[in-house]
Amino acid sequence: MTAGHDRLTDVRAREMLATVAGVTVSGTGATIVAEVASDHWREAAQFAKDALGCAFFSFLTAIDWKDQGIEVVAWVDNLDAPFAVELRTKLGPGVTACASIAAVYRGANWMERECFDMFGVRFDGHPDLRRILLADDWAGHPLLKSYAVDTPHPPYR
Amino acid sequence: MPDVRAIDYAGSERLTMNMGPQHPSAHGVFRAILTLEGETVVGVDAVIGYLHRCHEKLAETLAYVQYPSIASKTDYVAAMSSELAYVMAAERIGQFEVPKRAQYLRVLMSELQRIASHCLWLGTWCMDMGGALGGGATIFLYCIRERELVLDLFESLVGARLLYGFHQVGGVRYDIPEGWTAECRKTIALIEQRLDEYEAMLDDNPFFTMRTKGVGAISRALAQDVGVSGPLLRGSGLNWDLRRNQPYSSYDDFQFDVPVQAAGDCFARYRVRMVEFRQSIRIIRQVLDGLPAGPISSRPGVKSLAQVKVPKGEAYARVEGPRGEVGCFLVADGSNKPYRMKWRGASFSNLAVLPHILIGCGVADVVAIMGSVDPVFGEVDR
Amino acid sequence: MPAPVWKSIKDLQEWQEHHQRRPETGDKHSAFFEQVTEGIHNFPGGFALTTVADGFFNWARKSSVWPVSFGLACCAIEMMATFASRFDVERLGMVPWASPRHSDLMIVSGTVTIKMAPMLERIYDQMPDPKWVVSMGSCANSGGPFRHGYHVVKGVDRVVPVDVYVPGCPPPPESLLNGLLLLQDQIAHFRRTGRRAEPTPKVD
Repeated sequence: MTAGHDRLTDVRAREMLATVAGVTVSGTGATIVAEVASDHWREAAQFAKDALGCAFFSFLTAIDWKDQGIEVVAWVDNLDAPFAVELRTKLGPGVTACASIAAVYRGANWMERECFDMFGVRFDGHPDLRRILLADDWAGHPLLKSYAVDTPHPPYR
Repeated sequence: MPDVRAIDYAGSERLTMNMGPQHPSAHGVFRAILTLEGETVVGVDAVIGYLHRCHEKLAETLAYVQYPSIASKTDYVAAMSSELAYVMAAERIGQFEVPKRAQYLRVLMSELQRIASHCLWLGTWCMDMGGALGGGATIFLYCIRERELVLDLFESLVGARLLYGFHQVGGVRYDIPEGWTAECRKTIALIEQRLDEYEAMLDDNPFFTMRTKGVGAISRALAQDVGVSGPLLRGSGLNWDLRRNQPYSSYDDFQFDVPVQAAGDCFARYRVRMVEFRQSIRIIRQVLDGLPAGPISSRPGVKSLAQVKVPKGEAYARVEGPRGEVGCFLVADGSNKPYRMKWRGASFSNLAVLPHILIGCGVADVVAIMGSVDPVFGEVDR
Repeated sequence: MPAPVWKSIKDLQEWQEHHQRRPETGDKHSAFFEQVTEGIHNFPGGFALTTVADGFFNWARKSSVWPVSFGLACCAIEMMATFASRFDVERLGMVPWASPRHSDLMIVSGTVTIKMAPMLERIYDQMPDPKWVVSMGSCANSGGPFRHGYHVVKGVDRVVPVDVYVPGCPPPPESLLNGLLLLQDQIAHFRRTGRRAEPTPKVD
């Protein structure tokens, strides 16, 4: 938390974020929504942490948009200003690989493991990518729209 | 001359000890595979998922009127905050008005729930550290006695003690009955008195301070980086409380202090929660004094599944639960069911800090740290 | 809201197919002992001795049932409340005990997930005979509100044989106490030879 970040407002942060390659900024007020091209995902997260002072990592998740592919969403906060940055990246139809930001935010470690568990997204650069909620030998990725909620698993269900 | 053998800790002298998922102090179904050198923990693999009940997938199949009572089963010790996050997210997307009385009732229930949850936390934590048949059961039984009084209030209001279906999109479902306010004031006055007794028993207790001071320190940077919230964040020196910094549901109408401690250890978190008890009592008194008349919901009572349709949009609603930031990231597609619901459980992020702080502490400290982190596995595994 | 309609008996058929039954041979103990008891029982007048002995041992067993603390989810909180100040089960002789090796009863309180089921079976196997299982809450009874989830076992009776089902979500401590008292009635029907008699139906 350096002196520069104390005076960082969400307006200024929005301007700064718009200058980063591969980022489109939208949203109003204290929530800055940044659409990031998937090959600039790690740089955008690093920029949010270093330049925008968003040191608080809230969550990372994914949305399955069926034909349009999976979108990874991360939410980080600058607790001093305060404002929030919602980083989003569309992986593209059929793509299941994404850069890992576990080196940038340590909280992303477990969140990315959960994303891998539920959606099958492989995070390149993750130190320990394995399933977290389901057993290691589980077949399938449940939160994908193609997975039925009441999939049988004899003899238990 | 006795034969002295040096122990080679790099090799097979390291012991892998499995703690859980059935364990008297695991706080639920948690498995920690500890690698020990003597009594010191040198490695920890936290295995979760033993309570993965498919909340996020089920939310896509359940309507907005059906899910709030299921949402209460995520953080089941603080069911009111859990339901609130979900309905707030739906209201935020659909721009639904929540009447003032409903907002005040939500605050009232959240704060009462905070008291009940912290009672359970203190009781189980002291029981873990003291042993179920030893001195630890003392504080447990006293705290449960207080918690039962609060649960009586909930039961006379909603009909349920632990898992309520109190919130609905647009407001709340139940209004406070005759005589409830007087009973509430009596209960919180009694709890305030009893809190003095607990602090007298614990604050200067050498056994307690020896087990909690300096144990499990979370640095400021680590706390933010991992995303811990609630008493863990405030115990590490960060002044961040969603009720103050991002007020929701009329919290800005009330005066209360936000406790912050710099040390970051178990004792700091304990002090933060003890102050939160009193501040919750303060807020409840203000709510009861200023409760406005009016409707308790802007939408009619639930009669059919198709009743609540939320237009296309996304929102992330976060509430300050007793364990920290409970959030619901909702993606709505215009129908009566969500397209995607991500539950940001406070305990999931709080637990993620364990592999960083357990290294180097003793086995007994693992228990003390687990208790002060206060995980609820409904939130962790969802 | 429209009342739920039981459209088919598929769930009942599923239950009949999958629920665990207690082994026919009864609980494990010495065959020689069983021979002796049967001999005394069949001897003219010997039934008086075995009946009195049954009564005494059943009273001792039911008055000191030690549950292994097996809290899984929300019901565990209500189970803890039952063990605590207001609804004290210690007056019934039930001391919650962490080690399964020294307990008689497993109160399965909470949802059993597929990841947890082998652990539950292992704890059940570690308990010595005679042992009982109380399924607490709708999740343990049948999967509860999470029944349709991909990771949820549709009831703990698919993993271990259950003696008492306590309904509720969560069952308040009064319900759990009722279930535990019903269990004590069941234990009173337990014969020393290890074969359990059918419990008398209780109408509340």
